[in-house]
Formats: sequence, C-alpha cells, structure tokens
Amino acid sequence: MIDDALGAAPSEPLKLVLYIAGQTPKSLAAIANLERICAETEPGKYVVEVIDLKKDPKLAREHNIVAIPTLVRQLPVPIRKIIGDLSDREKVLVHLKVGAE
Amino acid sequence: MTGRDTLMGEAKGISKSLTGIEGFDDLTLGGLPTGRPSLVCGSAGCGKTLFASTFLLNGAREFDEAGVFVTFEERPVDIVSNVASLGFEMDRLIDEDRIVIEHIAVDPAELAEIGEYDLEGLFLRLELAIDQVGAKRIVLDTIESLFSAFTNPAILRAEIRRLFDWLKDKGMTTVITAERGDGSLTRQGLEEYVSDCVILLDHRVHNQISTRRLRIVKYRGTAHGTNEYPFLIDQDGFSVLPVSSLGLNHKVHEDRISSGVPDLDIMLTGGGFHRGTSVLLSGVAGSGKSSLSACFADAACRAGEKALYFSFEESAAQTVRNMRSIGVDLQQWLDKGTLRHIAARPTFYSLEMHLAVMLREVLRFKPTLVVLDPISAFVGNAERQEVQSMLLRMVDFLKSHGITGVFTHLTHSQEGNVETDAGLSSLMDAWILLLNREVNGEFNRELYLLKARGTSHSNQVREFIMSNDGIKLISPYLGEAGALTGSARKAEEGRARRAEIARRTEVQRLAEAIDVRRRKAKAEIEALQAVLDADDNEMRRMQADEETYLAQAATDREDMEKSRRA
Repeated sequence: MIDDALGAAPSEPLKLVLYIAGQTPKSLAAIANLERICAETEPGKYVVEVIDLKKDPKLAREHNIVAIPTLVRQLPVPIRKIIGDLSDREKVLVHLKVGAE
Repeated sequence: MTGRDTLMGEAKGISKSLTGIEGFDDLTLGGLPTGRPSLVCGSAGCGKTLFASTFLLNGAREFDEAGVFVTFEERPVDIVSNVASLGFEMDRLIDEDRIVIEHIAVDPAELAEIGEYDLEGLFLRLELAIDQVGAKRIVLDTIESLFSAFTNPAILRAEIRRLFDWLKDKGMTTVITAERGDGSLTRQGLEEYVSDCVILLDHRVHNQISTRRLRIVKYRGTAHGTNEYPFLIDQDGFSVLPVSSLGLNHKVHEDRISSGVPDLDIMLTGGGFHRGTSVLLSGVAGSGKSSLSACFADAACRAGEKALYFSFEESAAQTVRNMRSIGVDLQQWLDKGTLRHIAARPTFYSLEMHLAVMLREVLRFKPTLVVLDPISAFVGNAERQEVQSMLLRMVDFLKSHGITGVFTHLTHSQEGNVETDAGLSSLMDAWILLLNREVNGEFNRELYLLKARGTSHSNQVREFIMSNDGIKLISPYLGEAGALTGSARKAEEGRARRAEIARRTEVQRLAEAIDVRRRKAKAEIEALQAVLDADDNEMRRMQADEETYLAQAATDREDMEKSRRA
C-alpha cells in the first residue's frame, strides 16, 4: 500500500535521521558523506535531520540507537538502519532503496 | 583521577559488595569486587541471569544500592516475571526508581554497516540509566549477543573493552554474563577484558542426576575458595553451598545429651552421650535403628532444643505414625516447630547436592541434633569413596557447629566383621550396634555399645525391647549357657526361680533342724548344770561341816588341856 503510494508520488521525500554523539570525526565524516550523497541525487528526494544524542540522550533510548553514527530511514517500513560513517556511497544508496521501490 | 582511585583501592585491599546470595558472600569473603566488572559465565540454563539479577535486586533491596539491568536478549517484562516467582518484586523496585531495566535490542536484519562506527549510543543510554536511579550496580546480560548483531568484531572488541573501562571509571560494580565457549570460558573471549573476578557456573549430569556447580576461576587481590561448590536454584532463589572440608579444631562439649532411652543413658558413665558427638546406629533390617534415632530426636525436643530429621526412606507422616507405636509422639514437636522432618530420596539429588542441601537446612534451622536415616541409602547409587567423603564433611560440619549427629546404617550381616559399608566407623565417636538374633526359632533384638569415645560404658549386650511405653533395655540373663534373651531367657529365668525356691526350702528345713538340735543341747546343758549346782551345794555343805567339826575339835582339845592342867 505504502509502496504503491510512494510509487504513485515519487516526489514525496524520504525522511532520514542521522544520529550522532558530539562532533566526533566519525560523526563529522558521516554528515559530510550524507550531504554529498544528497547533493548528488535528485534534489528533494531526501529530507535529512541530524540529532545529536549528547544533547538529548533520552532519544537514544526512545529510538533504540546503539551505534554511532546511525542513519535511520523511518519510512517506508520496514525501518532501515545504516551504521557507520557512510563512506561507501553506492552501498548507502542501495540500502536506502531496499523496500522503498 | 581514576588511576589514583584504583591505587588507593589496592592499598586498602579490595573492597567488596555483598551479593546477598546465600553462601556466595562467605565464599568470596564479602561478595564481588566493588566498582569493578565481574564475569559470570556458563552454558545455557545454568543460572547466569538469575545470579546477576539476584545480585542486582539484593543490592537495591537490602544494601541500598540502586541498579541497572541491561538486557540484550530478554524483554524487560520477561525479566520481571522470571524473578517474580522467587519473591522479588522487581516492578515495585522499578516504580520506586531503585532498579531500571535498559533493553538494548539490535535487530541485525534491519541493520547495515557502512564504514567506521562506535557504540557511543550504548554508552549514552547506560549513562542515562545509571544517572536516572543513581546506580551503583549494573548487570550486562548478555553483552555477547552484540557479536551476532554487529559484523565487525574488531570494533566490538575495542568498544567492549572501552565499556568495561568506562564502567570501572564510574565505579560501577558490574556483573557481565557470558555464554560458555568451546575450550574457553566464553564464546567471545570476554574473560580477557575482565581481569578482576571470573565466576564459572556449571550444570552437569552424572548417573542421571544433575548437579549445579559454581567455581571462582579468578578473583584478583583476594583469598577465595577454589573448589567447585554446588549451588541450588529453588523457591528461595540462588544459593551457593560451601561444603569444603573443615578442620578438626571444633569446640569440644562436656555436657551430655540424653538418647531418649533412660536405660541406654545408664549404660554410659555420666548419663548420656557428649553433645556434639556423632553417633552411629548400625544394624540389620528391623533392628530398631529408626526407632532409636527418633528417641534421640524426641529427647532433644523434650529438652527444649531443636532437632532436624533427614529421612531418605520414609515420609514425615510415616515416621510419625511408626514412632507413635513405640509411644513416641513426634507430631507435637513438628507442630511446635522444634522438629523438622525432611524426606528426600537419595536419587533426588547428587551426593554433593544432598550434602549441600542438608548443610543449608542445618544452617537455617539451627538444630542441636541432626538425624540422617539411613546413610546406607546413598551407598547404592554412588561410589563408596564419595559417600565416605560426603559423610566425613557432614560429620565435620556438625561437629564444628556443636551439633550432635545421629546416623543410622543398614548392615546386611551382623556376624563377624563389624565394618560398615561406607567405612565410617573411624569417623564416629559412638557406635551402637543393634542386633537381631535368632535363637530357638525366635528373633530377639539386642543392643551393644561398641564404642563411645571419651566415656566409659557398659560392655554388656542388652536386650532391646520396643513396647507401647517406649524402648527398654534389659540386662540379659547370664546363665551357664551364655547370655540368653527372649523366651530362652524367660525359660531360664523360670527354671532359676524354681531352683531358688527349692533351695530356699531346703535351707529353711536345715535351719529348723539345727534349731531343734540346738535347743536339745541347751536343755541337756541345763540338766547337767543342775547336777553341777547340786554337787556344788553338797560340797559347800561338806566344807561347812568340816569347818564346824574342826572348830569343835579345837575347842574340845583346849578344854581337855585346861582340865589336865587343872
């Protein structure tokens, strides 16, 4: 159903959340890599929110985050989580597409 | 700062946190190392999680140390319900903010790893949970499951090492559970990271009897028992039962205890057995072992003390009924709570576990007398040497606590060698031999005090009679044909009685005859005396006459001389 809806409306952006914990090299690398991926794909496909868990550790529990950095695709279900600094662009794209098309 | 803390800690000796687990705190001389991680490993179903949760819950409940339970596998509701059956109200502790459960669930199916990462999220969550309740204790159950969620072991190892160091820095007393691996303590080699305290739990089945055992593999900076100790998981939770051999430096008691059979007490100089001795009652089937041991228990209760009766063959109700037939009412003591009867089949536990359970019950009930009826029941399903070692430890344990031990032993032969199957004779301070001998077509019970250390005692074989009024010991009839009991004794006694009467009659007759003779002689003496007296009188008369005559003659002569001169 959701897949169909998404298929019918490709302009609907995918919501991505990137969880980091402070300005660590790995977090900064993940932010940079994600920005590059978004810039290289069609604009408006992804909406990215960055959450620093150092500032609000409660969210780590609520969103069940263990590894840092974690990129979460909430929709469409199932939830996908990518952990790591997102240094492999192709792999990131593949994983973001899984179940979304 | 951390370094200094650690150094100061070492200098003072390791401080320890009590786990509240029965037996374990004694074994480790105070519990787990405070502010350090301890590893609890073992195969599936051996009680790791229970150990960890008991440590945590006791901390919150009894030692005012809040705790965090980090679960990587089970859901929090399951953990709460698992310990609810053991009487831990974990949900109440959670409501009171003394315990918090942090569920770290990582589903590998929804996870992809691209590039470098760390487990800072885990750290943040633990820190949050720790701060939420001000925790001093933390349990990680089972952190190894992260290895199946994340594929990069190098990162995981580094992060787990960092986690342990971080917990140490925070001064958390930590219990980490881990699954037993092939050839190593844990599957992922976690023991490399935990250098302070490693505890191994084990669950073995031998001869179809399972035994749980606990061993402290290492415990840095402190003395600890190195043996394997059996432990129990029952309705009372997790309890470790240290049963290592004790020394021989137990206190010696001078006071005496009654055996419940006055006739038996009389056989011992001083009126009974010494308190804290071990008494062996051995005999063939039906020789009255259980009855006599029940008398011991009854006597202890009568004296206002407590007795513990372990039966390996009969239930409590059965023992009570049987003892009523010899006039011993055990029910009143059971009702009063001064007697406890514990029945367990020998095959119910392994030997080690039997011993452990018995020791635990003794420690809990604190009796002054313990009965084991019968110890020979163990011989059937275990090595003789094992039985001996178990009983040795039991005897030592009872002695060290000043508890009198009564052991019954079923022997199959009563002739010739008086060796018990378990080779126990040397362990026992007193040995009562109960015999059941056939003479002239009937069996008669006999009792013989084979030895009683430190007490001079009768060397007689007594006839042992059980009646409605209790147990009586009768000195046997010592006739020309040896010691006699039962009907033979009665017949012999009857014969002797008759002979006695005949003898007495004869003596009477002789005495009377002598009396007659005596009287006759006396009469004769009197007659002769009369003759004698008459003769004396005659003699005196003659003398008087003679004197009168002489005097007359003298007078006459004087008269004549006068007249001649004149």
